[in-house]
Amino acid sequence: MLLLIPLLPFVGFLLNASFGRRISKAAAGAIACGSMLASFGVSTIAVWRLVGLPPESRALAQTVLRWITSGDFDVSFTLRVDPLSALMILVVTGIGSLIHIYSTAYMHEERDSEYARYFSYLNLFAAFMLVLVLGSNFLVMFVGWEGVGLCSYLLIGFWYQKESAADAGKKAFIVNRIGDFGFILGMLLAFVRFGTLDFQEIARSVAALRPETTFGTLSALTLLLFVGATGKSAQIPLHVWLPDAMEGPTPVSALIHAATMVTAGVYMIGRNAVLFGHAPHTLTIVAIIGTATALMAGTIGLVQNDIKRVLAYSTVSQLGYMFLAMGVGAYTAGIFHLFTHAFFKALLFLGSGAVIHALAGEQDLRRMGGLKRELPITYWTFFTGALAIAGVPLLAGFFSKDEILYRTFAGGHLWLWTVGLLTSLLTATYMFRVVFLAFHGERAGEHPAPSTEHPAPSTQRHLHDAPPAMALALIVLAAGSVLAGYVGVPRAVGGSNRIEQFLAPSFGEVRLKPDATNDARAALLQPGQERQEEAASATEGLERGLMGVSSAIALGGIGIAWFFFLKKKRAADEMAVRFAGVHRVLANKYYVDEMYEAAVVQPIRIASDEGLWNGVDVRVIDGAVNGVGGLVGGSSSALRRIQTGSVRLYAVSVMLGVVVILGYYVWR
Amino acid sequence: MMFPILSSLVALPIAGAILLLFVRDDEHNEPLVRNIALVVSLLVFAQTLLLWSRFNAGSAEFQFVERHAWIPAFGISYLVGVDGISLLLLVLTGFLTPLALLSSWESVHKKTKAFCIFVLLLESAMMGVFVSLDLFLFYIFWDAMLIPMYFLIGIWGYDRRVYAAVKFMLYTMAGSVLMLLAILALAYLHNAATGAYSFDLLRLYDLRIPPPMQFWCFLAFALAFAIKVPLFPFHTWLPDAHVEAPTAGSVILAGVLLKMGTYGLVRFAFPLFPLAASYFAPYLALLAVIGIMYGALVAMVQPDMKKLVAYSSVSHLGFVVLGIAAMNTQGVQGAVYQMLNHGVSTGGLFLIVGMLSDRRHTRLISEYGGLKRVVPHLVAVFLIVTLSSIGLPGLNGFVGELLILLGAFRWSPRAAAFAASGVILSATYMLWMFQRVNYGPVNNDKNKTMRDLSAREWAILVPIVAMIALMGVLPNMFLRPIGPSVERMLNQVRQGAGVQIQAIKNSEFGSRNSD
Repeated sequence: MLLLIPLLPFVGFLLNASFGRRISKAAAGAIACGSMLASFGVSTIAVWRLVGLPPESRALAQTVLRWITSGDFDVSFTLRVDPLSALMILVVTGIGSLIHIYSTAYMHEERDSEYARYFSYLNLFAAFMLVLVLGSNFLVMFVGWEGVGLCSYLLIGFWYQKESAADAGKKAFIVNRIGDFGFILGMLLAFVRFGTLDFQEIARSVAALRPETTFGTLSALTLLLFVGATGKSAQIPLHVWLPDAMEGPTPVSALIHAATMVTAGVYMIGRNAVLFGHAPHTLTIVAIIGTATALMAGTIGLVQNDIKRVLAYSTVSQLGYMFLAMGVGAYTAGIFHLFTHAFFKALLFLGSGAVIHALAGEQDLRRMGGLKRELPITYWTFFTGALAIAGVPLLAGFFSKDEILYRTFAGGHLWLWTVGLLTSLLTATYMFRVVFLAFHGERAGEHPAPSTEHPAPSTQRHLHDAPPAMALALIVLAAGSVLAGYVGVPRAVGGSNRIEQFLAPSFGEVRLKPDATNDARAALLQPGQERQEEAASATEGLERGLMGVSSAIALGGIGIAWFFFLKKKRAADEMAVRFAGVHRVLANKYYVDEMYEAAVVQPIRIASDEGLWNGVDVRVIDGAVNGVGGLVGGSSSALRRIQTGSVRLYAVSVMLGVVVILGYYVWR
Repeated sequence: MMFPILSSLVALPIAGAILLLFVRDDEHNEPLVRNIALVVSLLVFAQTLLLWSRFNAGSAEFQFVERHAWIPAFGISYLVGVDGISLLLLVLTGFLTPLALLSSWESVHKKTKAFCIFVLLLESAMMGVFVSLDLFLFYIFWDAMLIPMYFLIGIWGYDRRVYAAVKFMLYTMAGSVLMLLAILALAYLHNAATGAYSFDLLRLYDLRIPPPMQFWCFLAFALAFAIKVPLFPFHTWLPDAHVEAPTAGSVILAGVLLKMGTYGLVRFAFPLFPLAASYFAPYLALLAVIGIMYGALVAMVQPDMKKLVAYSSVSHLGFVVLGIAAMNTQGVQGAVYQMLNHGVSTGGLFLIVGMLSDRRHTRLISEYGGLKRVVPHLVAVFLIVTLSSIGLPGLNGFVGELLILLGAFRWSPRAAAFAASGVILSATYMLWMFQRVNYGPVNNDKNKTMRDLSAREWAILVPIVAMIALMGVLPNMFLRPIGPSVERMLNQVRQGAGVQIQAIKNSEFGSRNSD
């Protein structure tokens, strides 16, 4: 049954890819949405069955085939559902279905064949994403991992006739490949070290070890895997592809570059929580990279003028939060944030898509404004999403983000907590900057912009709010953005934190099997966890206090945005002028792309062209070869005579040579 | 007596060629000539499949062995056989030859009859190389193969075809002359040891060759094979040969001929000279890793599609040699698998480039752009083959690369790390080419009227795509017959060299580390 989950969208892909040119838009959309909804249905049934099992044995597995066998390397294509992957398949198929439905309206202006092509890619993406989260070993995960990268490439470059879109797709693929380089080596090291690639077996072997106090094999292994994660989840230093990925259609940004694929790195760490837990050095690096990325992306997000780019940097920043959580050993908090983020970030992207749709392709915040009246559904849903991401109390983002900050604080990582809090302020500010600039105030520019997404210039006198298919997705996601947090209300405020209990077995939290030796080891293995336990019981007050701080920060951020971008717009411009240097650096994304171009791309290109090809190949090697040829031939004319001479003669002389040499040996 | 299926594989294409000699060479007969050649090559392919179906995958030994005395005085015999290492290479040869013939359907109109005859003779020689278990016989096929290839490049190639053909010929001959000396030395040594000459590979395997001789012989074999592979720095004939060769020539050259180098290492150089092989393996691996990166970097800056694919071959074949040099199960099995993969996917790439250049008579990337809009089907297949070439999991290339990297990692993590950078580089050059050819606006008016795939071209590409998917999804189907023979070969090398290997290897490592 598990195979059906990825197989259904894959069949949808095959149908649309094969017959897409011959069927109507309605049929193509129906195939795509139908296969996703069916997959969602099967996923629900699978999760239902899973929940029916006792907590310590919650897992379903299906081996599809023995995939690659060579000597002691014997890897099966096995799918497995446990609580963690259960959560993921629900997100992928659930939010995935909504985004498919949304797309039927959003992409409606495309030609029939393009429309089907779009949906075939989207279905293929879902299939690979499901393989990624269902894979029970590194190799199957890697199939999904690379597969989603491919679909990302295809969808970013969906409008392939635009050079910038094609470039962005290629950049995404190549940057991800750099990450994959680490992932592959990590995978090889894991196999050499443990003799298996199966997550369960590796976790079992690792659990018997002590955490590494020095930088050893486990640290190297996890660090290599983390390199893979930085690629897929756009963390420093491989974050550069995600903002460019906004060249793709907006629903793609929502599904792939916000809700699902980019969280794969976080998921991968969660999946290997036991392994990472034994490599504290790596965890420290993960936490620092995550925090740094969160801050960096947040500051850039503050000054971007393209609505989708703001959301892209926001995604990078929120992913940084998730890595911070993973790095401090708060796996549940990280996955919880992944879960809530999927709702509100998908919502925000789809909302921005509705704006772009209404404005015939306009993406520049400076030419928006006052859309609140004309696009009420979009406005209210977007507003809800913004509240959720900003961390306003009682919405989804509040609970999950707060959990991360609290665990960071409780784990004793004061610096990380401070930066996290600062980022939280930035989040609220840049998000409400978008809200105020786009929806409040007055409409700035009426003239149609050079449209990027909807090349068909529609002469709209008054704007249309989201059509039904789009509105449906927005409303459902808005509801999710409000409610998703309630699966993880902390005990400190009277909740039961059900998500933590649900996910615990996936993170190999040993206290589920209470026997004496395990308890002792648990204390040894999970120092952070233990500390958190103590802190939780001892200082519920602290948790409530910290909640108050983050709430205040969120509201403060919104207030700042209100002041600069609604009340006194000139103040923002004045700030930009006064701190022109800072503003320029931020607007140019810290010049990271330029540095890579100058330090890596151009040197390699020039060295390959001038050095290797025209230098080594043409001059050195061919020079030597021709030189030898010249020597042997005596002169070039003699050489030419040999060369144009008949090859039959040549063959004869070869055979003659054979005979002579043979004769020598025989009769000697 | 059993039907001599291996001899039939060698003889059938020759029979086809002889049949063609009796067809009068004029314009009317062109379709007839082509059809005869195609039918013959399809029959050969069917035979290779029959061979596979009858092959006992559980056995490591040579099967379907035929032995006839030929020149008994020198111990030369007609000895052929097949094991897991050569089996699928025969199938690959059978698979690619009809596709190569089909690819020339519209582009070759000059001396069609001669063209078909040469392709069939080439097929026969290639089959001969893979089935020969007698070194003399092997050498004859090895050299015989050069002649039809020389003509294919020299007559039906592009502008600088003669230069390329001669370069190809001279390079290869330089290597094979030394190999011939080594072969003769082996027969001589056998005489010295047993009192009788022998070119019988199975007997020579058991020969204990004293170290200095072993080293020289290994080097002679290895050089011949390294040129054929081609291993860096012996590769410069390849780009020229590929660029100038007609599509059919490129397909066969990349698909099969290059594999003879790596096949030779596995079949001859390593098991015949185990001690020397173990000694030189790290150097081979070093050249292989350099080749992986070098080929990829140079591919990145090529303006010509065929040259780009040619340099990518240098990179991909570097993986194969690395796997062999790693000398463990995954490495060698992955190497054999990767030989097949490379044949299918690079063969596919050359076929596609050939189709483009049939339409536009240029191979320059800059002449294209935006083709996806104009010829969506062709571009879709192009994409699949590109992805196969860059090793996307689920397609064929990944399986080979992964096994090779694992084998290499077990031998030397550092070598594997350098080799794995090929993963990044291959994506860079392939996607760059793909983008410039297929994406963007259609700027060149000549591209606007390009036609999409014809039925004939579909017939060429569908088998390629099917193989790419099949080998990616069900690799065990292919790995199973390869396995036992690889193990046997590895044992042969390990036992042959015995304890001495380890001693030498250790000191070798020691001196390398102290550098």
